[in-house]
Amino acid sequence: MKQIVIEPVSRIEGHAAIRLFLDEAGQVQDARFQVNQVRGFEQFVVGRPFFEMPSLTARTCGICPVSHELASAKACDQLLAVAIPAAAGKLRRLLNLGQLIQSHALSFFYLSAPDLLLGMDHPPESRNFFGLAAVDPQFARDGIRLRQFGQQVIERLAGRRIHPSWVVPGGVNSPLAAIARDAILAELPAIIALIRTHLDRFKQTLDCHQEHIGVFARFPSLFLGLVNDSGTLEHYDGRLRIIDAAGAPAGDDLDPGEYQQAVAEAVEPWTYLKFPYYRPHGYPDGMYRVGPLARLNLAARCGTELADRELAQFRALVSGPVLSTFHSHYARLIETLYAAERIEQLLAEPDILDARVRATAGVNNLEGVGIAEAPRGTLIHHYRVNGDGLIEWANLIIATGHNNLAMQRGILQAAHHFLDGTAIREGLLNRIEAVIRAFDPCLACSTHAVGAMPLVIELVGPDGTILDRLRR
Amino acid sequence: MTTPILTLTIDGRPVSGLATETVLQVAGENGIAIPTLCFLDGLSATGACRLCMVEIEGSAKLHPACVTPIQEGMVVTTQSERLRSYRRAIVQLLFAERNHVCAVCVSNGHCELQDLARELGIDHIDFPGRYPALAVDASHSRFVLDHNRCVLCTRCVRVCAEIEGAHTWDVKNRGIRSQIVADLDTPWGTSTTCTGCGKCVHVCPTGALSEKGRSVAEMQKKRPALPYLVANRAEERR
Repeated sequence: MKQIVIEPVSRIEGHAAIRLFLDEAGQVQDARFQVNQVRGFEQFVVGRPFFEMPSLTARTCGICPVSHELASAKACDQLLAVAIPAAAGKLRRLLNLGQLIQSHALSFFYLSAPDLLLGMDHPPESRNFFGLAAVDPQFARDGIRLRQFGQQVIERLAGRRIHPSWVVPGGVNSPLAAIARDAILAELPAIIALIRTHLDRFKQTLDCHQEHIGVFARFPSLFLGLVNDSGTLEHYDGRLRIIDAAGAPAGDDLDPGEYQQAVAEAVEPWTYLKFPYYRPHGYPDGMYRVGPLARLNLAARCGTELADRELAQFRALVSGPVLSTFHSHYARLIETLYAAERIEQLLAEPDILDARVRATAGVNNLEGVGIAEAPRGTLIHHYRVNGDGLIEWANLIIATGHNNLAMQRGILQAAHHFLDGTAIREGLLNRIEAVIRAFDPCLACSTHAVGAMPLVIELVGPDGTILDRLRR
Repeated sequence: MTTPILTLTIDGRPVSGLATETVLQVAGENGIAIPTLCFLDGLSATGACRLCMVEIEGSAKLHPACVTPIQEGMVVTTQSERLRSYRRAIVQLLFAERNHVCAVCVSNGHCELQDLARELGIDHIDFPGRYPALAVDASHSRFVLDHNRCVLCTRCVRVCAEIEGAHTWDVKNRGIRSQIVADLDTPWGTSTTCTGCGKCVHVCPTGALSEKGRSVAEMQKKRPALPYLVANRAEERR
């Protein structure tokens, strides 16, 4: 059997390879998205005081540290057994929205736009952000500006753009200053206009991407995400909902502490990324997707005027949930518009400058689960502590992990379509990478289970038979 | 009887001080900065950290300024390439010895070890880290002891014994295995001598001792006015 290895997969966050297995006739038999880095946070947080956890787990990632801080702080709020002050909840939401904008801008403008605007077959030497900037400088400037705005929201709230230590168990450690609120508000109209421009432009290109839409992980699956009582788009709080490919609930909505009723994890010997699956459907049938596409499929509405208009158009693409992960790009832009509008709403709240932003308490629960929607999807932090507040066990389920089964199937679908046993061109392989980019994975975030990864050593004879096999 | 005044030279400057004073004190009085870590005004000096080492003319070896009395005609050098290289090595070895992960430390941005590293231009560690598996003692209701961040300066031991008078803290083992212990090596929370005054926490130069509930970078030490406490207690005893 012949193998094609795409390594490294470029323009994603983290390190991975794609392996395509071809039969003698050159037909694709199997495809694997193989994550070859390990982080191990679940292990080395053991023994640390839980008060460190939001900032400690934030170091998992330089792109979405805020997501880890929020999921972690929410788990820690449960350990304290406190309801955090209302203003603190709103400030955490604002921070999350700032991050949503900067991360979505990174994914769309920096990582995926070179494929979308320059073309999948553009020479790889310049199929990158710099090549894009040379062809369309205004597009590049807008992408940089949008990401800058998101980062500045984070900085204005939390003091620094990357790894702020502002989110703490019980709330946040300082209130929002009026000057920071006014600075963000002053910039919002131009930012909203910028997002609308690029959303319109993207929609106009959809016709050119019909082939990609058809095979970029376009298949029925479950979708998982947070929902709130009003059914509006939710990124910070609420209950877990899982729907099927027809849009019907696959089970009852779950409190964060009940996530294990829905989610179980499997491991495979050839990748460091675990395979979460929907427990009632078993492995691997319980494939589900999270992220912008799942969130828009789950939400009844966005809850902001402009984003709701866009959501109506998005919904008109198909009847029922949108199934092609190519449309994650589209969903990402709608969410970015929503985030900007929602920031405006939150900053207008009368108590947003309230000085009471932190609840203090000791260890009042020995177990806590925090769930937030990271830009890439649902992020779960689950801790157990001893009576002194030292971490005894931690489980982190990262958005990219949730999507692992769908990513595997997505590259296989694209490989079947684009590789027909004849000539293999770089541009065709790039399309398979682009499927992964559409999921916007963050592998650096998602590989933590040191020791859980089964190590298999096989001694293979020249005729391909396995002579010996060791398994840890 | 009055204490004689001696004259000496520090970094080429003629200075004077009382015969009971140390090189570190006289340098400080004259605005000459010598890096320190274990020294804290108001506590006995132990010369343990060796960061305040200075060169003295006529002596081949280096001398810790915090415990070296001044002498008439002494010629002292506090800054030289040799001293700088030793100080850099000491600070690097402190970082290599335990798990000083500044980025996620309660004292990040408010740490004397971090300040020293910055002053000495240390941007990486030349020695391989030991990464010992050390416990965190969070058994006290208000405070936390994290051995991972401890530099064994013994400020906590001295402030507890000399100022608070409780002598809860001490050091067990020797050399690289040395570790701060409460009472006879019991969890801090079960110590029968600890008064819970918190002086040890606030004299600790790093994040080894902190207030419970402080998150990353939130522990700002409020140095107690130790010389003032010492003077007042001496006055009361009289």
